[in-house]
Amino acid sequence: MSSDSPLLEARGIGRRQRDGSSWLIHDVSIMVGEGDQIAVRGPTGSGKTVALRSLAMLDAIDAGEIRWRDRTLTADEIPTYRSQVIYLTQRARLFGGTVEENLQRPFSLAVHRHQGFSRERIASFLERLDRDERFLTLDSEHLSGGEMQIVALLRAIQLDPTILLLDEPTASLDAETTQQIERLVMGWMSEGQGRHAFVWVTHDVLQANRIANRQLECRGGRVLEAESIR
Amino acid sequence: MKEYVELSTLQVSTAASLILVNAVISLALRLRLERSLLIASVRTILQLLLIGLVLHWVFQVEEIVVVISLLAIMTGIAGYTAFTRTSHAYAGMLLDSMVAVWASSWFVLAFAMVAVLQGARSWHDPQYAIPLLGMILGNTLNGITLGLAGVLEGFRSGRDQVETLLTLGATRWEAAREVIQKALTTAMTPIINSMMVVGIVSLPGMMTGQLLSGVEPIQAVKYQIVIMFLIASATALGSVGVVLLAYRRLFSRQHQFRYDAIQSRK
Repeated sequence: MSSDSPLLEARGIGRRQRDGSSWLIHDVSIMVGEGDQIAVRGPTGSGKTVALRSLAMLDAIDAGEIRWRDRTLTADEIPTYRSQVIYLTQRARLFGGTVEENLQRPFSLAVHRHQGFSRERIASFLERLDRDERFLTLDSEHLSGGEMQIVALLRAIQLDPTILLLDEPTASLDAETTQQIERLVMGWMSEGQGRHAFVWVTHDVLQANRIANRQLECRGGRVLEAESIR
Repeated sequence: MKEYVELSTLQVSTAASLILVNAVISLALRLRLERSLLIASVRTILQLLLIGLVLHWVFQVEEIVVVISLLAIMTGIAGYTAFTRTSHAYAGMLLDSMVAVWASSWFVLAFAMVAVLQGARSWHDPQYAIPLLGMILGNTLNGITLGLAGVLEGFRSGRDQVETLLTLGATRWEAAREVIQKALTTAMTPIINSMMVVGIVSLPGMMTGQLLSGVEPIQAVKYQIVIMFLIASATALGSVGVVLLAYRRLFSRQHQFRYDAIQSRK
């Protein structure tokens, strides 16, 4: 249920190929409002990742603008923006060290220094996944793909973001881990009491129907509103 | 100053005949190095004679424009060489390399000429300025190459870590810091190592040269100490400079990592 004033708005954004020859995404407009659970579907190479990375302001865009809470951001505000709008990659990227060290790492950044790492909070998340705190002592290099994705998701959620940009987070995971990831994201949504939102890229129609209250389609570098299933 | 043996052309030729040792080895073991040996020998003689003539002339005319021009050419070659030695590059790297070499070596040279060598005839006395700059450049060049190679390799292999930090709200500096620290440590290690062992494992070329030309050992050592510190500071300045310039090119003000800007050189 998007309210009148969106959290995040992309207005006609476009990004060209490196050599400038053609558009990777072109004239993409997306509005993300509070409570939005957006699924984005589309064939491989249709620009979904590019669009999501652009929304996270990880790459420079060549056209259009991205607005956060109804205004454009200055360069200095972007790290704070990214602490609010967190992008998660398809293949989770972890730092070296244990799971716990991975979860602690963001708190060394200036933008998160005011809050501290909370073991209790993580433990309560793990409980929902039927895991105990021993998980925290595991070496990140010995985790399965699914476990890595769980760590990456916990690492993001514990920072209290407003929007998650999820780039096929369950594409290569088994059914059980997929379910755990969905449960974590949905739990975080209900914790937000209607203030949170996500954009979730997925190939899976069933998953899209399960998690989304809005669906978009990405085709040839354009993003279109699919039939609403609200 | 003690006397030294002034070399005649005949004496030099006698030394040059030692190349026959290499030639015999190459022939006996069929290393097929004769051609390379010949070219290398001729180049050694020609290049050194040429720079000898140039120095002879520069020392005589002692014209400020001439001295500065020679210093500038030396610096330019060093900056270009440092630039060419990495396996990857980004647009604008040559300029960054030049700026880093130039700023670091000339600052340290100026410090040496004005603050340290107050007995020299002038701040641009070629007898001091040229050899000092040569030694400074030879070492900063290495520091700059190592610094550049270090950040490029660090940002390439550490791409995931850099990007992950950015997605979690890191500033570009927070995301890049580890790679930068590592590259600078690598760049400064050689000079620290050589300061550790100087005089024990190695007798530096300059000091050896001074001893050969009859300079009192304590004086030669004092010169060498000065040189070591000039080199150390210039290497530090040069590598820090080039690494920070590279960082500015590879990260935008919007805290975006321009991974694509790093291109392999074929």
